[in-house]
Amino acid sequence: MVLVEINDLWVTFKSDGKDVPAVKGVSFNIEKGETLALVGESGSGKSVTALSILQLLPYPLAKHPKGSIKINGEEVVGRPQKEMRNFRGNHVSMIFQEPMTSLNPLHTIEKQINETLLVHKGMSQKEAAVRVRELLEMVGLDAIDERLNAYPHQLSGGQRQRVMIAMALANEPDLLIADEPTTALDVTIQAQILELLMDLQKRLGMAILLITHDLGIVRKMAKDVCVMTQGEIVEANNAKELFSRPRHEYTQMLLEAEPKGLPLRKNDALPDVISCKNLKVYFPIKKGLLKRVADYVRAVDNISVNVKQGHTVGIVGESGSGKSTLGLAMLRLISSEGEIKFNGQSIEDASWKDLRPLRAEMQIVFQDPYSSLSPRLSVGQIIEEGVIVHEGHGNRLERRDRISEVLKEVGIPPDAQDRYPHEFSGGQRQRIAIARALILKPKFIVLDEPTSALDMSVQAQIVDLLRDLQNRHNLTYLFISHDLKVVRAIADSVLVMRGGKIVEQGPAAQIFDNPETDYTKALMKAAFDLETASAGVVNS
Amino acid sequence: MTLSAINRRRLNNFKANRRGYWSMIFFVLLFVISLFAELIANDKPLVVSYQDQLYFPFLIAYPETAFGGDFETEADYRDPFVADLINEDGWQIWPLIRYSYTTINYDLTSPAPSPPDAENWLGTDDQGRDVLARVIYGYRISVAFGVILTIFSSIIGVTAGAVQGYFGGWTDLIFQRLLEIWGGMPSLYILIILAALIEPSFLILLALLLLFSWPSLVGVVRAEFLRSRNFDYVRAARALGVRDRVIMFKHLLPNSMVSALTFLPFILTGSIVSLTSLDFLGLGLPPGSPSLGELLAQGKANLQAPWLGITAFLTLSIMLTLAFFMQEGIRDAFDPRKTFQ
Repeated sequence: MVLVEINDLWVTFKSDGKDVPAVKGVSFNIEKGETLALVGESGSGKSVTALSILQLLPYPLAKHPKGSIKINGEEVVGRPQKEMRNFRGNHVSMIFQEPMTSLNPLHTIEKQINETLLVHKGMSQKEAAVRVRELLEMVGLDAIDERLNAYPHQLSGGQRQRVMIAMALANEPDLLIADEPTTALDVTIQAQILELLMDLQKRLGMAILLITHDLGIVRKMAKDVCVMTQGEIVEANNAKELFSRPRHEYTQMLLEAEPKGLPLRKNDALPDVISCKNLKVYFPIKKGLLKRVADYVRAVDNISVNVKQGHTVGIVGESGSGKSTLGLAMLRLISSEGEIKFNGQSIEDASWKDLRPLRAEMQIVFQDPYSSLSPRLSVGQIIEEGVIVHEGHGNRLERRDRISEVLKEVGIPPDAQDRYPHEFSGGQRQRIAIARALILKPKFIVLDEPTSALDMSVQAQIVDLLRDLQNRHNLTYLFISHDLKVVRAIADSVLVMRGGKIVEQGPAAQIFDNPETDYTKALMKAAFDLETASAGVVNS
Repeated sequence: MTLSAINRRRLNNFKANRRGYWSMIFFVLLFVISLFAELIANDKPLVVSYQDQLYFPFLIAYPETAFGGDFETEADYRDPFVADLINEDGWQIWPLIRYSYTTINYDLTSPAPSPPDAENWLGTDDQGRDVLARVIYGYRISVAFGVILTIFSSIIGVTAGAVQGYFGGWTDLIFQRLLEIWGGMPSLYILIILAALIEPSFLILLALLLLFSWPSLVGVVRAEFLRSRNFDYVRAARALGVRDRVIMFKHLLPNSMVSALTFLPFILTGSIVSLTSLDFLGLGLPPGSPSLGELLAQGKANLQAPWLGITAFLTLSIMLTLAFFMQEGIRDAFDPRKTFQ
């Protein structure tokens, strides 16, 4: 039985007075009770396609010049908004990527959910209360009694996503659109949410339209797959066929794009570039009228780590485990206690001024390439800043040559230096951020989740680039990531963190092949097989 | 000069906002015209040719004897006697309006304030001075005062806000409390008291009003700096060892300019209004200065002469409206999320 039938759908957006197509002639069907995955990189038009099913695009800025969308045989394109309200919620529901911004921060959990029940179903307060409890039980939220009156900020990311799902299920929709439902979550939580979705589908018999860039999720969840790029579906097939025999070259490229390979074997006898001993970063919790320090958040608690020259140490952990804080503390960008040695020299007590010459040798690359480049400076100005600080202004033409050279090295055309960051894609921006760190020829670079904000295929390219640069310049990396696939591809040794403490530490091969602790095992299972661990090992 | 893509987009956005665009053209045009007020409304001719020699009385003071008169003092060109002397052996070119802002018309047919007629297009005020001439000069002094005050209060306000927001912590806390105390002062009364103690002049008034106008920008700039000082690009700059001053100037300031621009229209119109209100109360510019506030006060004192009040009202409201629309247009042009069709 066909539930949703999309035929030759076009979507255009008005930009600079012209209609720019975002979706060009897309057709597919969603069967009742089945899962269809729309796969593609950012900007491929997959979210726009999904939003047009609910007619939630910013009309009249967006237009459908052609095409039809039928839900249960009824045409929705061009239907007045008033009638569409009946479809939304009742027939089709949606969950979004970022559960924090999709929930109203001023409403309690109970109110978020029972609102749709009161509006759509016309239930009484009493009936609604019973139904809300039922829904929350269904999505597996624990301690429901306390949570009913909680506000979204009091819940964790995974719990918020469960509430979102409960809201979406409130009116028993025939189709659930899940737009990157786990991208913002940790791997362990991701596995739990995916399991929940599959379980709910089995029980309620609803169809799921899954939108994602992660092929691992598709392989686990979907029966049919449509691969989208630049507004068109280039390949549609059932999942088994598609993964074993991809026909279109774009699909093949996507499948090969996962970060692969292993770091080169390195000489273990080299000296440490940076090391820290019993490093602690405590943030005080202040309480009471006089704001006395009642307790501390132990963001980094007694951690010792050393990084040998030319090696990469991977720091792995869920969000909130203190891994980024550790990186910042080692660069002395936040205050900490404990010993830090750089090139054999103690730097834990060095003043900001004394540190300045050392800054040329230790650099950092951040997660989000959109916020790490100043939007009002040209690429050239961004990259040359470090040179000006450490070597003075010097000759302008010489400096331009140096910028061109370092841009070439990271794979960006040298004429890019006169353009602005917003003209570049996420991956290109991350390359520019790497160029900024690289131009001073540092010894040590902290890479703080450098691939997490990027598409899968771009992640692989960045990892290759980083590995290549390391070999060419004998760089030393501290690689912080929650993504174990990426860490495996680049790290020589791995440190697993949880709640500011070390869970496990050792050579990469040993950690990945024979993890000792339950926590590391659960992390591996969630990351590589998208499976949940037994209760109690990880947070929910 | 070539514009970068983002500035070209802003320019196009600004032009697309027709109300703001035309307001700017008129506002700037009127201000430029008023900058040359001496060439438009003056009680001295622009050029005099006497015995084949050229004189420029609006620039240089010539004694009456230069034109064959009796006195060593500056020639009074409005005197029919002097006019005859010049016309006998030469010619003279007068500005459009033969009155300066201080010129008193002694040949009024009705007692001052006299209604508009062919000689005084907008009538005269209660001292027999030409209203149109005073409006032209008054417009210039008001706008100049407003613009200068806006520039200075922006510089001080942005700097103070930047320092507070960037350093945060105790610096911010102490500054904020001081600002609250400062903001709690009854500024108008203090201005009145100070204006009574010190002989007010253009510069002194500027300084006095500056005392109370700069804090309005501090809040927005501070908030913007507080927000963006933890952005990754600022952290990256710190990791490169860039000095605080450079980070503030190069990275944070350009990004907080949009929100500062939002406030500028209010500061500009506010400055003009505060000068006008001080003048209205008789505590502003020294007596005799061409001031719109004084014209308003005259309008209030002479309700039988409505052209005074109506002129002052129209001048002020048109000037403030144009200034506001213009800056609203500029602000919207800088807003990256705004789209114009």
